[in-house]
Amino acid sequence: MSRIADAFKTARREGRAAFVPYITAGDPSLERTVEIAAALERAGADVLELGVPFSDPMADGPTNQRAAERALAVGTTLKRVLEAVREIRERSQLAIVLFTYANPVVRFGIERFAEHAAASGVDGVLFTDVPAEEMIGFRPSLKAADLDAIMLVTPTSDRARMKATARFGGGFLYLVSRTGVTGAQRDLDRELETNVHTARKASRLPVAVGFGISTPDQVARVAAIADGVVVGSTIVNQIAEEGDTEELAARVEAFALPLSQACSRKS
Amino acid sequence: MKTLPDQRGYFGEWGGRFVPETLMAPLEEIDRAYHKAKRDRAFESRLDELLTHYVGRPTPLYLARRLSARLGGARVWLKREDLCHTGAHKINNALGQALLACEMGKRRVIAETGAGQHGVATATAAALLGLECRVYMGAEDMRRQALNVYRMQLMGAEIVSVAGGAQTLKDAINEALRDWVTNVRSTHYILGSVLGPHPYPMMVRDFQSVIGRETMAQFRQSVRGLPDLVVACVGGGSNAAGIFTAYVPHTRVRLVGVEAGGRGPGAGNHAARFAGGGAPGILHGTRTQIIQDENGQVEPTHSVSAGLDYPAVGPEHVNWRDTGRVSYTTVDDHEALEAFHLLAETEGIVPALESAHAIAHAAKLAPGMALDANIIVNLSGRGDKDLDEVAKVEGGES
Repeated sequence: MSRIADAFKTARREGRAAFVPYITAGDPSLERTVEIAAALERAGADVLELGVPFSDPMADGPTNQRAAERALAVGTTLKRVLEAVREIRERSQLAIVLFTYANPVVRFGIERFAEHAAASGVDGVLFTDVPAEEMIGFRPSLKAADLDAIMLVTPTSDRARMKATARFGGGFLYLVSRTGVTGAQRDLDRELETNVHTARKASRLPVAVGFGISTPDQVARVAAIADGVVVGSTIVNQIAEEGDTEELAARVEAFALPLSQACSRKS
Repeated sequence: MKTLPDQRGYFGEWGGRFVPETLMAPLEEIDRAYHKAKRDRAFESRLDELLTHYVGRPTPLYLARRLSARLGGARVWLKREDLCHTGAHKINNALGQALLACEMGKRRVIAETGAGQHGVATATAAALLGLECRVYMGAEDMRRQALNVYRMQLMGAEIVSVAGGAQTLKDAINEALRDWVTNVRSTHYILGSVLGPHPYPMMVRDFQSVIGRETMAQFRQSVRGLPDLVVACVGGGSNAAGIFTAYVPHTRVRLVGVEAGGRGPGAGNHAARFAGGGAPGILHGTRTQIIQDENGQVEPTHSVSAGLDYPAVGPEHVNWRDTGRVSYTTVDDHEALEAFHLLAETEGIVPALESAHAIAHAAKLAPGMALDANIIVNLSGRGDKDLDEVAKVEGGES
């Protein structure tokens, strides 16, 4: 069984939703990314989503756009991100999902990428801009390397699309909480519960919800209805505010702890 | 001949639909609405009526006698898209898509713009049809095309300055896509070139292909037969696709697309996707040829003309390159500026800097061709918008 499936199973057994924090790899540096990954694990992360910076992140809001710019400015490349994953993997069994746009992978070569990613310790890959219809060019390579394809479904995906999309996926099904780009927002979509319900029925995979979830209160509300909660921009904001300091990892850990604790359904 | 794209939006191995899942449903909706509109006589006659009485179609096919004489070779004809209402071919597509937005019940349209011509065309169509309109424009392009910014505002459009990335067309597209993903239920994105996810490359080509159909008929009427050569500039490639499409099946007509050579070779100096600078990749929803580094990051481009300053190219163009049906070449900033002057001096026509690239290439080829040979240049836009920038560039050069 994959580390991702394991992580969701463990969380379920412990009566909580899986906590899935997102950070952009290479922001502020890949050395710090390795430290932050360890800090997030200490804070209770079940799955780490690692964003591969891209020059044209059309699915991202300003917070993650700037994170990508910072990461690229210090020379972050897909190859070096995979090296950082290898370093994380040397001392941790944390499940790791790469969150990436298609182009860096296409340029790297999809087959070569899948082999390198798997060898480095990546467990799953999520393409922000590759819908089910285009996975035909990506899935065989991922499958051959035993990587889970993490598929996205959204409020505009009807039941048939959700079903078709989920069929391509492994690990978990990522339900985007609302129409829009990544980024913190004050209110959760009113239809979220319905959408979670539809996603559950469309797939046997666990359903994690992401986009716009930033406070422990929001996490708790999503944790009550979904199998996993993805929290991204608000953590990325902490990284941006702190910058490249020795205290960064500790700050992220302290910030992530209440988010992680909010995933527990017992309290 | 098989019509392209295929069911999945591919031209050969180029095209497709690489977008966030949120946009898949609206793309399907556009595809359905577009196919329905194509069969709908009422839609067609409404668009035809607007193209005739509002845009001023058909635009003339004009024999540039003094330019031809100066070049001393083939006869050079100009397809006068610069005479379209709003000053460029962009209005053909903007009106078509704005009508389609109405059919889909969308009351808000958004657009990206580089040179400002597509933004102006969209703002115009929105004013005409009473739609809310927002246009995304790179901060650098807003500076280069200040006049067009004001024109759009006059027509009630809201212009949003895009400060991210290189602050040019590609960044404006990123921002427009983000808006669309967020407001997808109320909004139609009027993409301005033969770019983006399926069905845009096909739909924009179809709306622009009126250019080639008219040209074909007009040339037959004045000269009989076919021209020897058709030349058009290629940024995203909508004006080129518009004039080429009618000629693609007529293989004895040579078709040449002209990219921006900018300041010359080297990363960041040009926007020549075919001439060495590009590699296959995925950007803005389509698999195409992209100027990028070895790590798959999109590289900055440069052209004196904002409309050609774009790192990718329409997927159908890449297929035309692959099949050899169209050849692609470059013209640099300096040559384009020379052609800008040449056309103004010989014909009293000030071309857009984008179109000046096509003029420059025709001017290179004409002297080597027979006196009875015919070149048609798609004069895709007029140069009023560029006067300030040309004055500035040339003031700085001397």
